[in-house]
Amino acid sequence: MAKPSSLERDIALIAMFAALIAALGLLPKVMLATGVPITAQSFGVMLAGAVLGAKRGFLAVLLFVALTVLGLPLLAGGRGGLAVLASPTVGFVIGFPFAALATGFLMEIGKPSAMFMRGVFAAILGGIVVLYGFGIPGMAIRLEKDLLEAAGFALPYLPGDLLKAVLTGAVVASLYRARPGVFAYQRAGR
Amino acid sequence: MLSLALPTRTWAHRIPAGLKLLVLLALSTWLFTIEDPGILLSCLLAVGLMTALLGRAALKQSWRQFKPLWSMLALLLIFHALIEDLATGMIICLKIVTLVQFANLVTMTTPLGSMIALVERLLGPLKALGVPARVIALAMGLVIRFTPTLMQKTAQLQDAWRARSKRRPYWRIIVPLTIAAIDDAEQVADAIRARGGARDR
Repeated sequence: MAKPSSLERDIALIAMFAALIAALGLLPKVMLATGVPITAQSFGVMLAGAVLGAKRGFLAVLLFVALTVLGLPLLAGGRGGLAVLASPTVGFVIGFPFAALATGFLMEIGKPSAMFMRGVFAAILGGIVVLYGFGIPGMAIRLEKDLLEAAGFALPYLPGDLLKAVLTGAVVASLYRARPGVFAYQRAGR
Repeated sequence: MLSLALPTRTWAHRIPAGLKLLVLLALSTWLFTIEDPGILLSCLLAVGLMTALLGRAALKQSWRQFKPLWSMLALLLIFHALIEDLATGMIICLKIVTLVQFANLVTMTTPLGSMIALVERLLGPLKALGVPARVIALAMGLVIRFTPTLMQKTAQLQDAWRARSKRRPYWRIIVPLTIAAIDDAEQVADAIRARGGARDR
């Protein structure tokens, strides 16, 4: 599957992963014991970064966010439109592309090895550390709380996001066996 | 339905998309400086009235957009009732509901095509800096085309799983779904290349 990389291929992959994040938002929610639903959406963000790498992953998620804000009901629960920017979760939505960027950056370092563990760690850094770094200040501003109180609001989502990071590692390891050509390493080696 | 814009044309559809966005921007900056409950309440009433003027479909869709927000607002009110006073919490909720609903109004009355055209126009001057406005518009069109296809694929994979297993599918379909997406993307790339490529000429 070593197809030459090209502008067209990158555009198609970027658009396809943006659509994939939307499709993942449709998967049934899983309820945690804490009563907080986990949706597959931020998982899609982690996956886009992990598979496409920093640059293409960032662009794919940016495209998804842009279209959502412009009026596609693609966020979990059918939310979308400019209202997203006014809602308390605005920081998370803005942080999505940067989460993918950080995830992809970590995946691209060095030679492709230990894909499962690498995927888990990259997803934790991008999808949790970086994403919460945007999401919590966003909530603090919108809800007029200080950062610590806002962090308290975000805390219930942590177990679900850790699960998603593990899942990202597992999916990345499978995908690397099935379609190694899409990963960013192959491009760097050429 | 893959659009939040109302299918029928209303009075607000005639207002240019750029102007509506500008008003939204101004409102969101101004509203957060207001603390007077009377002003906030009349703003909410005005936005509600505008929504009602758009008809029943608009009210129904706004309600759907608000559903995921209620639990968070309730949490906020409880938090305030316990820590500070309920009034402050209600003022914050008023601001959020008013702003979210005004944003909904803009989205409902601006077709996606006009939004994308506006983005392309706004990005136009950046072409000199290397921002490929045409490529971005192409990618946006592709996402709109791909999303329903992938959603259908997701449903198919879930059905196929249910036919084979009593357990719920959840994450087990993610790998096949992603592989299908990657393979489709390769074919689409070939098709774009065969039709002359995506580069600006």
